[in-house]
Amino acid sequence: MDFGHLADWSSVLSDFRRSVRNQWVVLALTGELDLGSAPRLHQTVVGEVASGHHHLVIDLSGVDFMDSTGLGSIIGALRRVRSHGGDLLLVCTEQRVLRVFEMCDLDRIFVFHVDVDSAVGTPVRV
Amino acid sequence: MAGIVELHVPALPEYLQMVRSVVGAAASTGANLKPERVADLRLAVSEATTNAMEAHGLSGLEDRVTVRCDLSASRIEVEVADCGPGFDPNSLPSLPDVNSPDRLRHESGLGVSLMHHLTDETIVESHDDGTAVRLIVHFGD
Repeated sequence: MDFGHLADWSSVLSDFRRSVRNQWVVLALTGELDLGSAPRLHQTVVGEVASGHHHLVIDLSGVDFMDSTGLGSIIGALRRVRSHGGDLLLVCTEQRVLRVFEMCDLDRIFVFHVDVDSAVGTPVRV
Repeated sequence: MAGIVELHVPALPEYLQMVRSVVGAAASTGANLKPERVADLRLAVSEATTNAMEAHGLSGLEDRVTVRCDLSASRIEVEVADCGPGFDPNSLPSLPDVNSPDRLRHESGLGVSLMHHLTDETIVESHDDGTAVRLIVHFGD
């Protein structure tokens, strides 16, 4: 089967929703986090940090698939906010997504919350 | 059920989801393959196909990536083949310990180890003119 002629599959890729709660910028992702969507997360985080927003919550509740490229974009986000004295919290309950962190032994360096309310209740360290 | 499904997809990330879907559907026809194992294979295929697409992208190749699913009564084997410049699978750099601050400087390099973790067998054959990754999952395990 040759699929070069097929139309846009990008509609299945992740979408982003931004909100601000307490002093946290919440980026809620939906869909799949992979090579197609990870660059957009990277660019979004770069933009937030450049705008002075160093405390981010990435809500992965709506993400039903993530591979190591998606994970890499989250590693980059953590490094970026920490380099500016900020922090990154994750909201994730999807076992298949959590398992990617665990298999890479990276569940130990991220802080996970079960919902956004819990994450944004975390005091911002200034 | 046995058979072969072969895809030839452009080396563009827009096609990753479709590759995962087709492989997932093919694997689901295998007797007694648990949904968790199908999900593992989809993730392994995503890793292999991502590497293949990046190999083409970095080399400016317009060739398509080939994904071939070979389904037998006892197992599914998925081969992801590219025409990139190849690499030495035995000399992949190791990552810093997870407790090291330097670990956050490494956003990539996890794919091959994940493939080994997610499948019963992962075989990487790489030459100057391309790489083929074979991902094998046995049914009934």
